[in-house]
Amino acid sequence: MEKSIEMRLSNKTSFSQTVNNSLTMAYRGLLKVRHTPEQLLDVTAQPILFTLMFTYLFGGAIAGNVHNYLPVIIPGILAQSIITGSVAIGVQLREDMDKGVFDRFKSLPIARIAPLAGALLADTIRYAIVTILTFAMGYLMGYRPGAGIAGVMEVGVLVIAFAWCTSWIFAFAGVVGRTAASVQGISMMVVFPLTFLSNAFVSVNTLPSVLKWFATFNPVSHLITAIRELVNKDVIGQDFWLTILGAGVILSIFAPLTIRAYIRKV
Amino acid sequence: MILSQVKNPSVAVEAHGLVKKFGDNLAVNGVDLSIPRGSIYGVLGPNGAGKTTAISMLSTLLKPDAGTARIFGHEVLKEAQIVRRLIGLTGQYASVDEMLSAGENLFIFGRLLGLSRNDARAKSAELLEEFGLSQAAKRQVKKFSGGMRRRLDLAASLIARPPLIFLDEPTTGLDPRTRNQMWQTIRRLVAEGSTVLLTTQYLDEADQLADRIAVIDHGKVIAEGTPGELKASVGIASPELRLMNKNNDLEARQILKRVLNVDAHISNQGMIIAPMSDPELITDLLLALRNANIRLEEVSVKTPTLDEVFLALTGHETEPDAELEEEVGMEMKN
Repeated sequence: MEKSIEMRLSNKTSFSQTVNNSLTMAYRGLLKVRHTPEQLLDVTAQPILFTLMFTYLFGGAIAGNVHNYLPVIIPGILAQSIITGSVAIGVQLREDMDKGVFDRFKSLPIARIAPLAGALLADTIRYAIVTILTFAMGYLMGYRPGAGIAGVMEVGVLVIAFAWCTSWIFAFAGVVGRTAASVQGISMMVVFPLTFLSNAFVSVNTLPSVLKWFATFNPVSHLITAIRELVNKDVIGQDFWLTILGAGVILSIFAPLTIRAYIRKV
Repeated sequence: MILSQVKNPSVAVEAHGLVKKFGDNLAVNGVDLSIPRGSIYGVLGPNGAGKTTAISMLSTLLKPDAGTARIFGHEVLKEAQIVRRLIGLTGQYASVDEMLSAGENLFIFGRLLGLSRNDARAKSAELLEEFGLSQAAKRQVKKFSGGMRRRLDLAASLIARPPLIFLDEPTTGLDPRTRNQMWQTIRRLVAEGSTVLLTTQYLDEADQLADRIAVIDHGKVIAEGTPGELKASVGIASPELRLMNKNNDLEARQILKRVLNVDAHISNQGMIIAPMSDPELITDLLLALRNANIRLEEVSVKTPTLDEVFLALTGHETEPDAELEEEVGMEMKN
């Protein structure tokens, strides 16, 4: 018993210890969800509500009928919900860092990055829930993706990878923000324009020129187009690669920024 | 034993000139500490004196702006991960996860400290048992009472059986019974070979527990020594006399003046009280009273309380709520 904890005194943290610590912190995140399942409200209610609401609201006007609108709106809502779902990380981090338990994490001989990495890792479950619920709602309303279940799985991997990258933006807000409420506010100001000023609900061709310009370059539009091509036609096109590129750019900017700000605080 | 690997196994904490500034506020202003292994060291001071800031620097949570600190010979700044392996920290505000259950908390901390799943589970059960929390193992910590939280917090600090334990105000806000339990636990830890650094604003607590005490005020150590030394440093032991015959008061006070060379005064209860620099003089005083044929109804020599020590050292009283806390302290002794 005592023996297992008795290890050589070293000032370095090994890679395997970093991975183990991060997995433990991710497990902690899952335990928290089990105690307060309402944490999942944003990733469960939004896909269900938005799918129902927007499909029946806009379906007739935009696509002539609900059925024709489904292949357009389901990928749109999936992208929107997954990005909204990735916002929570910032608020969670801020709340965590303000709590006494974080002092203990800081005083433990663990990898400094573990609480951050663990939180990002634990969010995978949230993204999986968003993906499954959105497609399940679509299915109930009569949506039958052209690429079948395999296409849905591929899209699942794509959106989860994309969410991992965008969540660094909000993790950054969480680390540098002063209060959980301000982090929430700032994050939402980023999320709303990004997700609504895209091709999620309407074709960009219908937009006035400035909006059209923004919506065309918006990485979220590329993600949505990539999802549509993948899940409806089983095609990996230009937008797929642009999405990967965009996510990579976000990651390469915000991951180092976040880690640097975070390490300075812990 | 992990201490066989450290650079200096005999000195648990050694700090020189620790300074921490928050903006213009010098929270800690040149603190020196030397704490031998196996002792209880008390850092005593009112709210805002810099106790928590000092502990935060010693436990690697805060970087000092100046000065050095070593834990068992290892530099807090340069060898932070080694230092973290040697310490356990119980914060002023429970440093456990409120959202999780008690068992889950200990399991997670055990895993983070490198225990296997089975070992972490076993250790968690063992500590819950030890701290009388087995019944509450599955309950969320946010539903715990203050005392249970503190016990869980301390249990979490002991998972790796660290040789040095920091306790930041371990009994603040606890009821007398829980406070007594906490004191017993702290004494047991030291009996088992741990070194404990505790901060407190309870004078009584430092007096009861600590082998040595540093009195800290406005970020500075203003006095350091054993509780006895601190009391003696104020330089007084006060004889309190009650005479059989009140008419002798004046003569008695003249004798006191002659023998002790100080002015005596009469307390509200009618006792004659005189501060005395040397307790030996009490014999001379009593003999002089006997020779003058002044008979005593009651006599006692009072050593100053730490309250009086603090007043003498800082020139101001302890925090306003200290009075209430003292009452709690008095109950404890009974």
